[in-house]
Amino acid sequence: MNVLTDNWALYGKGLLGTVELTVYASLLALALGFVMASFRVAPVGSLRVFGTVWVTVLRNTPLTLLFFAVLLGLPRFGIVLPFQLFAVLALGCYTSAFICEALRSGINTVPAGQGEAARSLGMTFGQTLSLVVLPQAFRSVIPPVGSTLIALAKNSAIAGSFSVTELLGTYKPLNELGYSIVWTFVWIAVGYLIVTLSISAIFNVLEKRWGVPR
Amino acid sequence: MTDTALYDIPGPRARRRHLVYGLAATVVILGIVAWVLYLLFDTHQFTAEKWRPFVYEGIQEMLLRGLGNTLKAFAYAAVLSLALGGLLAAGRLSDHRILRWTATLFVEFFRAMPVLVMIFFVFVALKVQPLPALVTGLTLYNGSVLAEVFRSGVNSVDRGQREAAYALGMRKTQAMSHVLVPQALRAMLPAIISQLVVALKDTSLGFLITYEEFLHAGKLIASNLDYGLPFIPVVMIISPIYIGMCMLLSWLATWVAKRQRRSLKTEAVEVAPAEPGTLLPGAGQIHP
Repeated sequence: MNVLTDNWALYGKGLLGTVELTVYASLLALALGFVMASFRVAPVGSLRVFGTVWVTVLRNTPLTLLFFAVLLGLPRFGIVLPFQLFAVLALGCYTSAFICEALRSGINTVPAGQGEAARSLGMTFGQTLSLVVLPQAFRSVIPPVGSTLIALAKNSAIAGSFSVTELLGTYKPLNELGYSIVWTFVWIAVGYLIVTLSISAIFNVLEKRWGVPR
Repeated sequence: MTDTALYDIPGPRARRRHLVYGLAATVVILGIVAWVLYLLFDTHQFTAEKWRPFVYEGIQEMLLRGLGNTLKAFAYAAVLSLALGGLLAAGRLSDHRILRWTATLFVEFFRAMPVLVMIFFVFVALKVQPLPALVTGLTLYNGSVLAEVFRSGVNSVDRGQREAAYALGMRKTQAMSHVLVPQALRAMLPAIISQLVVALKDTSLGFLITYEEFLHAGKLIASNLDYGLPFIPVVMIISPIYIGMCMLLSWLATWVAKRQRRSLKTEAVEVAPAEPGTLLPGAGQIHP
């Protein structure tokens, strides 16, 4: 039980590391996912192919393999960055594929008639997109994006094994200090529950505010 | 690109503009590919020295053994998590409150935990071998997710089916096994296969607990000084195989889903598209 009270600093640092990884990787994933989703619905063939390849490959890549390739592979090309940045890169790119699919299916839920109606009212492409299509797509996209980001938070545990400071990695020093390993893991589990439940609480609020009324 | 709210069908000028954009985008993409290739050549990744190990039989055998171990872990995890998923779904659909609550608590907890935490817990705290630790972690997580898939599948079967089964005097078990589950299974097969893809991808986590799987074999070859640390060649060999396996399984899922959409049994319930000309709300509407 006193594992936690004795090691506030260590657990705190681990939790902070996980939260940082999650936030930065989420931002990268949302931005990249948005770009890829717009590629996938673009009227330009080569961009569509690029988006499709990006999504299909990354969705079927084991995340450990991606970490392996990015963290140990990129330095071979002389790209030397802190490990945390590499981890954010790997996590963000991996998750962007799932975000892209969520956004794309959100856009596809908007009936074609909405766009046709907007255009027949004389709206330009930008107006159609920003006033009619995207607001409707945004509503149906909240739940899937939320669960994708929760998955991202859970996946960030892998980074610990590649010498990035995060929550799961704290078990090692604590184990060496001779604390009860079961309690160590109980508090790690509680930490992850805090992170995932907070994300789901945030998205519940968003869903209540802007979600599709059911 | 026809059925989207985003664009009209393009006219000749728009088509010409799209062609220009397309050419520009192609040039940029080819430029990126060329830059990557340049980097690869520039750092001497294609020298014979680095690719030589892959012609040796011993190395090939090592890679194959790793791949075999990966598939072994996947097979165990898939079978066990299907079984656990079935068990937990039965618990969640049970009429007994205690069973239902236990199953719900179990499912919710293991779905909220990272798989890796479970794997490390079993590996470090319970001190078991890497393979059982990996399989246990994967089973707990995927079993819990599959339980949710099974439960929602059974619940999605039309209510009348259950009522009809009860009206015929079937017990709950009979109604489940003869009426609801067979129908639900058809509907959820794609979701089950997609979850198996997740299990296959997550077998690579075994690498982190020193299970001698595919990545582990790759790491051993990559850290060999005799071949000039062929890390990039190893990645270039391993990733197509790994990603290819997952892609095959994903395609199986989409193929099954597509086939089901075409099948006679589901086609009969499909809602006909709304006819044009019904301007008044509710006029001529049969389906809500």
